[in-house]
Amino acid sequence: MADCKSVILVGVGGQGAILISKIMTNGLIKAGLDVKQSEVHGMAQRGGSVSTQVRWGKKVYGPVFGEGDADILVALEKMEALRYAQFLKPDGVAIINDYQMHSTSTATGAEEYPADPIGAMKKCFRTITVDAAKIAIELGNPKCMNVVLFGAMCDSLGVEGIDWEEVVKETVPQKLVELNVKAFRAGREAAKAGK
Amino acid sequence: MKHLLSGNEAIARGAYEAGIKICSAYPGTPSTEILENTAQYKDVMYSEWAPNEKVAAEVAYGASVAGSRAMCTMKMVGLNVAADPFFTAGYMGVKGAYIVVSADDPSCHSSQNEQDNRHYAKAAKVACIEPSDSQECKDFVAFAADISEQFDTPVLFRVTTRVCHSKSLVTFGERTEHAPATPYARNTRKYICAPANAYLNHPLVEERLKKLEEYGNTTAVEIGLNKVEMNGKKVGVIASGIAYQYAKEAFPEDTSFLKIGLTYPLPMGLIKDFASKVDKLYIMEELDGFMEEQIKAAGIECVGKELIGNMYELNAELIRERVFGVKNPTVKPDVAPAKRPPALCAGCPHRGFFYTLAQNKNYVVTGDIGCYTLGYAAPLSCMDVCICMGGGFTAGMGMAKAFEAQGVTDKVVFGCMGDSTFFHSGLTGAAEIIYNNGRMIPVVLDNRITGMTGHQENPGTGLTLQGDPAPMLNVEHTLEALGFNPVYVVDPQDLTAMKNTANAAVADLKDGKHPAIVTKRACLLVKRYKFQPSMCTVDRDKCKSCKKCLKTGCPAIAFKDGKAMIDRTQCVGCTVCAQVCPFEAIYKEEK
Repeated sequence: MADCKSVILVGVGGQGAILISKIMTNGLIKAGLDVKQSEVHGMAQRGGSVSTQVRWGKKVYGPVFGEGDADILVALEKMEALRYAQFLKPDGVAIINDYQMHSTSTATGAEEYPADPIGAMKKCFRTITVDAAKIAIELGNPKCMNVVLFGAMCDSLGVEGIDWEEVVKETVPQKLVELNVKAFRAGREAAKAGK
Repeated sequence: MKHLLSGNEAIARGAYEAGIKICSAYPGTPSTEILENTAQYKDVMYSEWAPNEKVAAEVAYGASVAGSRAMCTMKMVGLNVAADPFFTAGYMGVKGAYIVVSADDPSCHSSQNEQDNRHYAKAAKVACIEPSDSQECKDFVAFAADISEQFDTPVLFRVTTRVCHSKSLVTFGERTEHAPATPYARNTRKYICAPANAYLNHPLVEERLKKLEEYGNTTAVEIGLNKVEMNGKKVGVIASGIAYQYAKEAFPEDTSFLKIGLTYPLPMGLIKDFASKVDKLYIMEELDGFMEEQIKAAGIECVGKELIGNMYELNAELIRERVFGVKNPTVKPDVAPAKRPPALCAGCPHRGFFYTLAQNKNYVVTGDIGCYTLGYAAPLSCMDVCICMGGGFTAGMGMAKAFEAQGVTDKVVFGCMGDSTFFHSGLTGAAEIIYNNGRMIPVVLDNRITGMTGHQENPGTGLTLQGDPAPMLNVEHTLEALGFNPVYVVDPQDLTAMKNTANAAVADLKDGKHPAIVTKRACLLVKRYKFQPSMCTVDRDKCKSCKKCLKTGCPAIAFKDGKAMIDRTQCVGCTVCAQVCPFEAIYKEEK
């Protein structure tokens, strides 16, 4: 579908990819677009690799897409970018959190954690790198890493006329609005520097 | 205003709008959220977690017999458990609408097989309905309820993971109440499944299928349950469920579509008519060629499975590739990621149990379905077989009997399952062990919740789905009542106690007794069980790099610069690694 845009959000179960897709879909619906989102529940959530797909346009059919279909890949963990790289269009953009989480197989030394996942992605795709963990910790709460990353990706979505900061305010829990707005702004700035 | 809902949320809304009164389910991915969402309408609709799917199917059926609209929901393997009442309900028919939701899982995201449950509708000779997005999930529940009552049939409402867990926009309607048209009156001819009645019911069932087929050709089209979209004469596609969405995206715009929502019995008249209007006919459906085989058997030329296959999920890109030979260009980085399989959480109470049993190579562990299935994975590697809910006890029984018959005396079989699974289908297995003198040790891994599916209440937790207090069935008392003696209750996180308990139970077994073990510690993720997290730290001077701590399979432990290191964000201070460390290099501190 020419008028349908697709994003794949990848990471490790529990990193908060769902909140990012919730902010995104809330904004896209406000802009009057058709939206579909797909996520995985159950066993995969227990520390495994997870992916969420979001699509929008005038009319969206499939809630999921295949390889070579994504306009944007957002990785909350950098090794996960490699795992899902084939979903990204060759001219798509990768937005990668410069953050490393061991898996049980790399922690035990059964496998090596790849030396430079971001470098490998940069050779293939236009890549924006953000150290969202560092920014989140500087803001006082490592858990807002996901909103930092949303800030970093929102300008790449290419949707006009959405006040994303307003959408963030409406979507996050009331008592965390101030923190998350800061996280959002910091992520947005960092993306401009991380190109 | 439109709402972005998952298919499961939309089915719950549909049940509300369709005037469903009674909902019963056992949780199972990808179906769980349906009942979690019907529970929000507790003022007008009763929702419950049943101990298992058979119970849920029977509760809903009883409600139907009493004249209320009723729904039960389950994952696809749940219908295997509920198949007995499902088939007989198919013969006896309904009074209030009776909807059985089966959530299938193509690609086995969270399941033990890829069964296509539409075959159940055909085998039980009942109607099958398949929605393809959230709006249809909501709307089709009302159609299903009407069809159930009009044709006196259970309706199998078949959804798949991508329909259940994808969100799309939904417009709401109002609820309509459906009080029974006549007061309840006993009807033994209809509702007693005695052979004489069953014999008389079979012709009615066959007659019903013919009427349903005619409905599919006519009324179903008028209401939009089946839908013809004529766009061109060259190519036509017959599709159902999520495959319709993928096909709409993959086929050119001048493709005509026959979208089938009532997929059993198939509207063969409508299909023949559609086939006659296009030059080439494709059938697009996920998993088995359920429609395709019947369409081909009716003498209609078409292609489908020979191109798109009968395994795993589809998507538009796969259809483009397999039907048109067009593939999107992709780029693969020259570095491969390491595997990231799911693992027991840091601080998971199951870890201590599996770590302890893994130390004895003569222990055979028969497992079950739940988070604890992950006990099979390296480095714990502590499970021999896992078949299905309840199989932990009974597969263990069979292995113990076989070892006895073979004269194998050095193996000790531990059959384990969780608390929710124990109430689901462990009770009968426990009775089997006592009745037939099973030389094995049943273990209930009681973490006070149904864990894997996301923390649902069960008969042992003291709360109902609707949040009301309930009697708390006690696992150890139940085992004692069944005849187990002694029944040990142990904190699995205390490795010394866990080991001593296992040894004591093995000695009891050798003495001819019937020991059982209950490991009791709440899942850390359940918010109402207060847990003060602390954390473990490695004294790098004391660490001798023996890597014994890694054998616990804790995701918080890694090796850095040749020494163990514990991730502060993940560690909760369970101390299993500290108990394992031979050099006392790991100590606990406040977080």
